[in-house]
Amino acid sequence: MTTTALQAAQAPLRRPRPSATWRRRLGPFIGTPVNAVITAVCLALLLWALSAAYRWGVTNAITEGGPQACKGRAGGACWPFLATKLRFMVFGYFPYDQHWRPLAALLVFFSACGVTMMPRFWSRRLVGLWAGAVAVIGVLLYGGVLGLPRVETTKWGGLPLSFMLAFVGLSLGFPLGLLLALARMSKMPAIRVLSIVFIEVIRGVPLISILFMATVMLPLFMPEGVTIDKLLRAQVAIIIFAAAYIAETVRGGLQAIPRGQFEAAGALGLHYWQSMRLIVLPQALKIVIPPLVNTFIGFFQDTTLVIIVGLLDFLDTVRSALRDPDWQGIAVIEGYVFAAAVYFVFSYGMGAYSRFLERRRRMGYD
Amino acid sequence: MSVPTIHDASLLRLVYNVRVRAILYQVLAVAAVVLAGLYLFGNMSAKLAEQNIATGFGYLGREAGFTISQAFIEYKPSDTYAMALLVGILNTVWVSAIGCVLATVIGTVVGIARMSSNPLLSWLMLAYVEALRNVPLLLYLFLWYALIVAILPNVRDALQPLPYVYLSNGGLTVPALRWSPAHTGVLLALLAGIAAAVLVVRRARARRVATGREGTAWPLALAALLVPPVVAGLLLQPEMAVNWPEKGRFRLSGGLHLTPEFTALLVGLSLSASAGVAEIVRSGIQSVGKGQWEASRALGLRDNGAMRLVVLPQALRVIIPPMTNTYLSLFKNSSLAIAIGYPDLVMVSNTTMNQTGQAIEAIALFMLVYLGLSLTISFGMNRYNARVALKER
Repeated sequence: MTTTALQAAQAPLRRPRPSATWRRRLGPFIGTPVNAVITAVCLALLLWALSAAYRWGVTNAITEGGPQACKGRAGGACWPFLATKLRFMVFGYFPYDQHWRPLAALLVFFSACGVTMMPRFWSRRLVGLWAGAVAVIGVLLYGGVLGLPRVETTKWGGLPLSFMLAFVGLSLGFPLGLLLALARMSKMPAIRVLSIVFIEVIRGVPLISILFMATVMLPLFMPEGVTIDKLLRAQVAIIIFAAAYIAETVRGGLQAIPRGQFEAAGALGLHYWQSMRLIVLPQALKIVIPPLVNTFIGFFQDTTLVIIVGLLDFLDTVRSALRDPDWQGIAVIEGYVFAAAVYFVFSYGMGAYSRFLERRRRMGYD
Repeated sequence: MSVPTIHDASLLRLVYNVRVRAILYQVLAVAAVVLAGLYLFGNMSAKLAEQNIATGFGYLGREAGFTISQAFIEYKPSDTYAMALLVGILNTVWVSAIGCVLATVIGTVVGIARMSSNPLLSWLMLAYVEALRNVPLLLYLFLWYALIVAILPNVRDALQPLPYVYLSNGGLTVPALRWSPAHTGVLLALLAGIAAAVLVVRRARARRVATGREGTAWPLALAALLVPPVVAGLLLQPEMAVNWPEKGRFRLSGGLHLTPEFTALLVGLSLSASAGVAEIVRSGIQSVGKGQWEASRALGLRDNGAMRLVVLPQALRVIIPPMTNTYLSLFKNSSLAIAIGYPDLVMVSNTTMNQTGQAIEAIALFMLVYLGLSLTISFGMNRYNARVALKER
């Protein structure tokens, strides 16, 4: 008797009635009148946006032909523009028959990034991997050896240039930023003040002003007869800018390390650099990896500013393609949407990776 | 053992002395910086002398000779470079200030909507934030500008989303009050009234804390708030005339005209900052534990009171520092104006630099202005933050 009563009581728990599940699932959407209204409005907006995008991208879009076919179109996208201009937008003015070189360089770069992003490959050997990758990429882009024709940096452009500015900026800005962060936490007043002034000045002015300074003033600073490549000048500006921001991010991690760790390192007889290298930095850097990746996303996007000082990064090659006399004023939105999609994919990917690292850290894998 | 060894040992001891070494390092660092600076400065002076480029800020007093498409103060090409620079500074401050207000309003709404129990709304807001955060601001500026210039109709067939609001590829035109010195007087009186009211409320609160008696301060506060502007209004008699835009055959006349450059820059800056504000507001409110809501309800506070008296003061503590950074970066990002041709500080400096050839002075000036304004903003926000921060005793 008791068994049947218990079974009867448990039955609804084990198998809820379909209507109850539906109510639970739909509850957040239409549970209360307010929620129902919100859902209706959101759905209407979403449907309107999606149908407008579909009409623009598919129904009314031109998929074949040249600029003439696109000229008289009725509010649709002009996809032949992207198809014709794709190689120019990605590789810029790099000699057309040599496009395989930046493509190969990009592939090497992506593979190295892919390996680096996997925690199971985290070891000292990554340094060797990157040294090799940088050498291969340098040879591919610059040429001059192995029968590859030399390509001047003025011809570099497009996506490889954007990645290069961001990557070199970060990989050289990082050690510099680390030193600045340590200097800012130093007990020596003169060193601390120098570091604070540097960091705050750089962070207090826009990146544009540093780029201007590097392109206009750096040549004046150099001794007679020394000239610096325009690309290199912009790169120096990005490195300096990155270093100041990385320094502040790293300082956050250093401040999170309890004093006891510094004192214990001292008690073990380690001197300053040893205690930093072996005790403090490994812990501090682990904390700041997720915010650091977010900083990296910002720099990747900030490399677009180099177009103001006349470098042809990816955004600028897209703009040059838009200004092509044949296509002028025809596919402006298409070009920008394409560029936005490319930036979105890479930035979102890095953001997702940062969240993955954060989750991993919280679960205590490191 | 000979004398020199002892001498060496004491020297060695001196070198190993931590304090001596610290001083040595600092002297070396400062000397390196100073020497590098002198070396670079020497190179620079030599080059400038060789290229016959004038130095010094004398050019500021000379005639600028270029036009500026948007100016808040009377400016004509025959004015000086210093005047042009001031116009640029005002333009930068103007677009940044409006951008901050818009970004805060939009961002707060989006941030609260992001916490909605309705998954669809919350997801839509997440999509909004991600779309803005993962695409460079400069690209958005180009896109908004292209949309305004290429997609909107020309002035003859200007769109009219609201009565008397005209949207065309020539920019946005809205009705505006005909401003006169009398209006400025009333505005100043209103500011004085607000300050007086705040003072009254603070004194009332101090008295309540000191004596424990609840006084009725609000009539006095209201009077302090209203009397100055009303009196000023009666004395100065500002004319309440609105400047309505009118559509002629080929152009719009009257009203407040916002150029396409300004509109694109304002939209770009405030939308991109609003994504940051949304995330800050959300994480700030979520950082206040659920127990705080429950405890305030147990104390008899309604939702409104709980939010105002318990949750918000705690959330502000988390919100203020990153919000300062967002405002600062909006302010610095306004320098991207040069890419679409809004005459801000950087663009005016750039024109100056091209005309006079005095790049160093022009760059140094605008960097100084940015640095000064950045430090002012962060100083103000730090003061406010110190007031809301947790008081640890």
